[in-house]
Amino acid sequence: MATLLDYCSLVRSKNAGPFTLTFDFMCHDRRTYDALVGTGVLDAALFSALFGTDEDDVMVVNHPSALAVKVSLPRPVVQGDLRDSDHYGGQQYAPLLELELPALPELPGLPTKER
Amino acid sequence: MEFRILAPTGALGAGFDADAFRRGVDAGPHVIACDAGSTDSGPSALGSGVPKLSSQAVSRDLRLLLTARDELGVPLVIGSCGTSGRDVGVDGVAALVRTIAAAEGLHLKLGLIYADQDPARLRALHDAGRIRPLANAPAIDRDLFARGHTVAMMGVEPIQAALRDGCDVILAGRASDTALFAAVPHLYGADPGLTWHMAKTVECGAACAVPPSANGLLVHLRDDHFDVTTLAEGSRLTPRSVAAHTLYENADPFHVVEPSGTLDTTDATYEAVDERTVRVRGARYVEADGYTNKLEGAELVGYQTVIVGGVRDRVVIERLPGLLPFAKKYFEAKILDVFGGEIDPGTVDIDYRLYGAGAVLAGAEPAAPLPRELGVLITVTAPEQSTAHAVATFVAHASSHLPIPEYDGLVSTLAYPYSPPETDRGALYRFTLNHVATGVTPTELFRTVTEEL
Repeated sequence: MATLLDYCSLVRSKNAGPFTLTFDFMCHDRRTYDALVGTGVLDAALFSALFGTDEDDVMVVNHPSALAVKVSLPRPVVQGDLRDSDHYGGQQYAPLLELELPALPELPGLPTKER
Repeated sequence: MEFRILAPTGALGAGFDADAFRRGVDAGPHVIACDAGSTDSGPSALGSGVPKLSSQAVSRDLRLLLTARDELGVPLVIGSCGTSGRDVGVDGVAALVRTIAAAEGLHLKLGLIYADQDPARLRALHDAGRIRPLANAPAIDRDLFARGHTVAMMGVEPIQAALRDGCDVILAGRASDTALFAAVPHLYGADPGLTWHMAKTVECGAACAVPPSANGLLVHLRDDHFDVTTLAEGSRLTPRSVAAHTLYENADPFHVVEPSGTLDTTDATYEAVDERTVRVRGARYVEADGYTNKLEGAELVGYQTVIVGGVRDRVVIERLPGLLPFAKKYFEAKILDVFGGEIDPGTVDIDYRLYGAGAVLAGAEPAAPLPRELGVLITVTAPEQSTAHAVATFVAHASSHLPIPEYDGLVSTLAYPYSPPETDRGALYRFTLNHVATGVTPTELFRTVTEEL
């Protein structure tokens, strides 16, 4: 097994305006990007369960030029409102780092991780 | 055809390297543009009118920009002045410009574009069905506009009108970040897909560089591509880092919506020219059916007093989550007693955040960690600061002596790092709008005044 961190060189969450939370999963290289997209793990159902939002409101976009998977959803609390604990949305990705994923495919002559 | 656009920094007042900026100036740009605002700092700047960054920091950057503009004789465009782009923010930056111009002996025509919206006009637009919600917009009512401040976000057109009027320095209120960079090439007929993609790429300055920085970028915009170059020593651009910038603080990297249409980067390509330059092609700009201006609003929620404490005793840590609901009930009765029934406890919000036990995540913490130390943030929010403060004093007192069933006698349950433990935080604001005004001309929601310095 591997974790999301084995696939990604950067995982981040941010505001996309005060009403939308957005996640960027930037992969190490083309191989990890293809493998991550291939798992289909980063889907609407996962984020719906984590953030209590309707699956139809979760947008998942694959961006091959950036080697990134992007997920956006309505902010559970509007930025800056009374119960908002993360005004920049900067730490909402944290539980996903431990997400268990299939082991990365081995490539002859290449290390399995490129940090 | 070639337009050279200099983006010296992602935010006026964030600071940038003067040598890197000099390299950009030496390249002979046709325009210098930068953004001075954001909603990302929260609703406070829009609600209060107080900028995020200091006048000292903004003046430092502004002096470099104004003297370079004077040397080059090209326009300087600054958008979303004063963080929120409120009128008071434009006036604040204008005052700094006047001071610097006088000190440096600079002469220029200054254009100020105001974006504050009259509540009565907004209500009329609302009643006419011409305010449309965007994704995840909150519900609004027709009285909302009178309760807070609203700005409209301008596109390129008010800026272009000021350019045509001969303005050398344009200080815009709330403006689309991209419009600041797109205004000049768009005015002279550059390809709209390339223009808007260029603008989206540079709007944060060198945020897309490796490593990211507050320093600047230079663009050469030509007929069928643009080249973007990082100006700071020791920084690189890669096709991937430039492509990835469309992801940043943006829900959909392939469709970036502007007042006049949508930038579609689906077919864009990115290729390395050298270590510092990436060549970009292929984006399209699709004009919208009707012009819209986004509206941003903020209103006062109340006033806050905060208390910070900590717990180290594991028995207290285990008991605390159960004790807090009881404490809140006790405080309701206490509010009635202390204020003689004149304050409705329902108007006072008392909130405990347990840092170390799931305070940060918006979603449910999958497996809340049990810490050896627990941070406790207590926030009291009330209609007046004096009420918030008065309530906070007895909340702090009672919270440090919560009854722990395992212990006999008076227990001390919280470690306070400050005396007094209460800090008045001032006003709390909330964002009220994620809407657009429809059926408007590109300039009718904005007012421009000019002056000669």
